[in-house]
Amino acid sequence: MATDDTDIVIIGGGPAGMSAAICAASHGATVTLLDEQPTAGGQIYRGLSNGDNRIAGLLGKDYQYGKKLIDQLARTTVQHLTNTTVWSVDENAVITYSKDHQANRIAAKIVIIATGALERPYPIPGWTLPGVMTAGAAQILLKTSGIVPEQPVLAGTGPLLYTVASQLLGAGVKIAAVVDTVTSKNHLRAAKQFPITTPGPLLTGLSYLKKIKRTQTPYYKGATQLKITGDRSANGIEFQHKGKVVSLRSNCILLHQGVIPNTQLSRSLRLEHHWHSLQQCFHPSIDQWGKSSLDNIRIAGDGAKIGGAIIAEHHGTITALGALADLEKITEQTRDKLAALPLAAIHRLDRLRHFLDALYAPPVHYAEPTDDTIICRCEEVTAGDIRRYAKLGCVGPNQTKSFGRCGMGPCQGRYCSLTVTEILAAENKLSQDEVGAYRIRSPVKPVTLEELASLHD
Amino acid sequence: MFKRLHDDNTFVFTFDGTDIQACKGETVAAALFANGIAALRKTHTSSSQRGPFCMMGACYDCLVEVDGKTVQSCMLPAQPGLQVNRAKAQDE
Ligand code: FES
Repeated sequence: MATDDTDIVIIGGGPAGMSAAICAASHGATVTLLDEQPTAGGQIYRGLSNGDNRIAGLLGKDYQYGKKLIDQLARTTVQHLTNTTVWSVDENAVITYSKDHQANRIAAKIVIIATGALERPYPIPGWTLPGVMTAGAAQILLKTSGIVPEQPVLAGTGPLLYTVASQLLGAGVKIAAVVDTVTSKNHLRAAKQFPITTPGPLLTGLSYLKKIKRTQTPYYKGATQLKITGDRSANGIEFQHKGKVVSLRSNCILLHQGVIPNTQLSRSLRLEHHWHSLQQCFHPSIDQWGKSSLDNIRIAGDGAKIGGAIIAEHHGTITALGALADLEKITEQTRDKLAALPLAAIHRLDRLRHFLDALYAPPVHYAEPTDDTIICRCEEVTAGDIRRYAKLGCVGPNQTKSFGRCGMGPCQGRYCSLTVTEILAAENKLSQDEVGAYRIRSPVKPVTLEELASLHD
Repeated sequence: MFKRLHDDNTFVFTFDGTDIQACKGETVAAALFANGIAALRKTHTSSSQRGPFCMMGACYDCLVEVDGKTVQSCMLPAQPGLQVNRAKAQDE
């Protein structure tokens, strides 16, 4: 068993993790970056280091921008461990991880969790059928392998849905339809949050929508009651649109309903979390330097609050500066001086984010799946089951586990936790904060016996 | 259902004994998609078909078997000669 002592260990190699690592190393801290991916960049810049310009060209300049961070990271003294899966972090900042089937421990003075976001679960009937995947998954196929779906239907809402649609169209894919769940209520809510200062990213978003229209891609707005059809695999999608049932054929359905912080590690550490009503998900509670309810555990980027790649990058820097000052690598004055610019940038971009949060808020039906809809993909527990447990007196998500193994499969609730919270809140007339979320236990990813054994060799 | 934009550096691995053409840099899940294979396993509760859903190591719907071990095909780089099998429904 190898044990090290490192100033700062960062978990996750996306924009927040990379910028935190670059900043921390440049001020003399010893830094280890634990990264599940084979190359730096996280999901957002995934595949960028492969250097395939044909694909990078299709993905656009926001994607290519990530090269700057990846190159900068490579020039630092940061120990970057790739293909490394973290399975536990304890309150003493000791991290256990696997790399090449070998388990190891590393002790840090401060841990920065930068594990980014997951796509929000969007449980609709048929969403477990082969051929259904998240829009993010389709984007990963394009980024890493130049593989594209043929005649897919994209359904749901959120900036990523339109980005993926636009990128696929750019790659010459014929999209069977975009089934948009945004309603005019969203527009009204969003108008109140209209950002005055940052039209740039907004214009990009609008250009994606224009491209969908220009290419005459069938576009259904305000769709409800979505349902994927098919027996052994997906063969189409059905939904309500303007009072009529529309039914479309496709063997590839890409779902998206925005992204939420990946809180597996912060939950496993029993850190404080709170419900964020605009983003409709839980955030770990942090202070302005990313410090969680445990002093030595910090959280940076989308894992703390959804802000997107650029906010995550700035937040990574700010979190590193806070950690550096606490480790007395820099003075508090230096910290404050260096944090001024990234803080100002976040402040500016936050207004745009809140506008997007309101505009692309998930529709009501997402949190109210029909009784026959599978909620827990691993154990095949339905929304009706959860409602039944509630009637039997089940008030908290952890209890659903004993009622019916909900959330106990290998994904450990990543794709059902939020839905279970929403259903229990509605059934028991409680707030999401009152209901809470699954308690997550280490290991946060399944570990083999060999790996466990290798830890004690 | 899926296609490759470019076919570079191809090689072959097997899935349940069938030859699967892969390109350098693809994961097993990606290569299977490019060969029209989306259903990789059956669930242990109802024997329903499942295939890769998140492609980022979070959902565990893409499990396959390599050397008797159950692994996530979306995190597993395809290698020439790799022998991949469908995961048995029971052991997860
Ligand atoms: S597709 Fe989700 S873990 Fe592999």
